[in-house]
Amino acid sequence: MTIIDELREGVIQGQANVALEKVKKALEEGYAADVILNEGLISAMSNVGQMYEDGVVFVPEMLIAARAMDKALQILRPYLVAQGVKPVGKVAIGTVKGDLHDIGKKLVAMMLEGSGFEIIDLGIDAPPEKFVDAVQNKGADVVALSALLTTTMPNMKTVVDALKQAGVRDKVRIIIGGAPVNQAYADQIGADGYAPDASSAVRKVREMLGV
Amino acid sequence: MEIYKHLAVKDPDDLIFGHSPRPLTLPNGLVIGGGLVYPELNFTLPPMSISAETMPEIREQYRQIIESACARAVDLYVPGLVVEFELLPEMTRTPEWGAEITAILRDCLDRFAQRDGLKSALRVTPNDIREFERPPRMRSGGLWDDMIRSFELCAQAGADLLSIESTGGKEIHDDAILYADLPTVAYALGVLGARDMTFLWDMIVRVGLKNGAIPAGDTACGFANTAMVLAEIRHIPRVWAALIRVMSVARSLVAFERGAVGPGKDCAYEGPYIKAITGYPIAMEGAEAAVAHSSPIGNIAKATADLWSNESVQNVRLLGGAAPTVSLEQLAYAARLMNTATEAGPHTALMLRNLFVASDTTYDPQAYVLRPDVVIDLSREIIAEETAYGRVRRAALATAQCLRKAHHDGLCPLSPQEVNWLDRLSKQADTLPEAEEALIEQMKDQIDPEKIRQDQYGLT
Ligand code: B1M
Repeated sequence: MTIIDELREGVIQGQANVALEKVKKALEEGYAADVILNEGLISAMSNVGQMYEDGVVFVPEMLIAARAMDKALQILRPYLVAQGVKPVGKVAIGTVKGDLHDIGKKLVAMMLEGSGFEIIDLGIDAPPEKFVDAVQNKGADVVALSALLTTTMPNMKTVVDALKQAGVRDKVRIIIGGAPVNQAYADQIGADGYAPDASSAVRKVREMLGV
Repeated sequence: MEIYKHLAVKDPDDLIFGHSPRPLTLPNGLVIGGGLVYPELNFTLPPMSISAETMPEIREQYRQIIESACARAVDLYVPGLVVEFELLPEMTRTPEWGAEITAILRDCLDRFAQRDGLKSALRVTPNDIREFERPPRMRSGGLWDDMIRSFELCAQAGADLLSIESTGGKEIHDDAILYADLPTVAYALGVLGARDMTFLWDMIVRVGLKNGAIPAGDTACGFANTAMVLAEIRHIPRVWAALIRVMSVARSLVAFERGAVGPGKDCAYEGPYIKAITGYPIAMEGAEAAVAHSSPIGNIAKATADLWSNESVQNVRLLGGAAPTVSLEQLAYAARLMNTATEAGPHTALMLRNLFVASDTTYDPQAYVLRPDVVIDLSREIIAEETAYGRVRRAALATAQCLRKAHHDGLCPLSPQEVNWLDRLSKQADTLPEAEEALIEQMKDQIDPEKIRQDQYGLT
């Protein structure tokens, strides 16, 4: 087993301290930061994601693995920056105004992060201005909107309109999700896509950005 | 304040639909828990925004919903009807809007009472809007003021029953569910939630008494139903959701200790425990609430219901009429069957109850913990403790043991992954300290002050 294999195993088992130790060791052994990231951390998370899709593990195992990855990333980040490694894309995600449901959004954000995207989490009850700001000033490539209430769905359109009004609609891709929405609604409000769950959200965002 | 030390229902055969030891009689003579099960209809708006501009249309929506539902109730000879108006958050934030809708519903129910003799009650449920500020202020501030004013104005506008789906402690509970962190769940329910319920329900009881409305009950919706929905979509193990359900009993019980008298809230699937412990009537929901969400307890929930509810349905058009009207019809027939069984005699009623029970229990541990004999056994364990935290801890330990035995005896077979999780969770339960202070001390380092203000719970 190489140190990268051990790192991957540590993340899959959700052992944050093991992951941390293995990243340090891999750096000492001279592995490049992007190799540690892609072959160690991201590969581990996609493994866990697959086990989840196959019904072998539940979300807690996935989150605990993500927490281990996060710890390891804290060590790795400066090395990635030094090496000039960029995230595959930046996603600004939030639950729209008036809506406090955040579990689904959190899972989508976690899966995207585990797949190498940088996440700007705008939280819940997020007004349109926050999304506009994320595109104008923080370099978001994708705006991801979640809504769980039939009475807050219309606020997704408000965000699309606000992005248009700010003149940045063409700079971003917009994906929507949440129990009451569907592809037809995405089409109706002028979003670029819809995903019914967290794993398909990752696929959709990848497809949107061609990565 | 009433501290429950003895069970109101001791024999599992007495834990049955339509009957509660402490029935509730409304001023119009409607008796809840006195022998009959009534439908409790809940409804919500179709996709639309809520603002001053849309209020005329919203008023019209509610007018149409209630007129049509009452007419169908009369056509179906329902012996009584409970209507729940669960506000949408904007209607609590602008309390006048919620009160206006309450008045519209009241007016219609009164007309049908006079004209057709339809006996009814109106339950109004303002939202717990405190969490719109993060971390929430639980006992003061603009959102708190609006929420109280919403209770007052809705009571004055004609609510008979007051309820809420309160969320104190939820700031840390959602993550604890997702991380399968049992000590944090115990802390959220038994320490934070119970403290918040004490404060909140003293207020609701005061408002009710002052304005002639009955303080009815609360629910662990934000806690145990979140877990149930997550288990339903295979995000968390079912045994975890079942444990959280029974652990939530101690928290929901606080409302009754502070003066709530039922009927318990429909989405409180911990209701059978509340009925067994307090003797007050409960609303339940199951199969006919599939219009709102799926659940693994569609039939067993009927076994102990005094009101039978649909949780919530959007006002959209179906072939059979407006969805709330259709939903009422489904509830009415379900309640009619239960009442017919009661009329046929105790033996028949018990047989129907047992069929409801037997048809669900083997499929899911969440159904298993609603079996009347299990409810009585676990309730007895819960009230053997005096504090809310002690009760939550005891519930966790006893439920884990009970599920292990049920699996072993083939009464509730669990998959290997579920069994593995039951062991993991059970080990966590074993680590819970006996003394509440010890848990509070233990949690101090783990609590993120950006998520929760402990001082809002009387903790430093
Ligand atoms: C950007 O791209 C994407 C792509 C995919 C995306 C995506 C974005 N976002 C989500 N996805 C998708 O991927 C996720 C992972 O697979 C999925 O996310 P979901 O969020 O769907 O799934 C989660 C993993 C699990 N699901 C959930 O977490 C939601 C479950 C249910 C039961 C639910 C919960 C838990 C809660 N609630 Co609320 N709640 C309900 C829900 C019933 C249901 N059947 O959904 C619903 C949505 N709630 C409802 C209501 C009415 C309310 N709730 C309220 C409050 C709450 C709680 C706080 C108690 C809690 C939220 C906890 C939290 N921190 O999020 C209130 C509103 C508060 C507010 N302003 O938002 C309140 C108004 C209740 C009240 N009286 O106070 C109903 C909506 C009815 C309507 N008119 O629309 C409801 C359908 C329940 C019901 N049956 O009545 C996919 O949808």
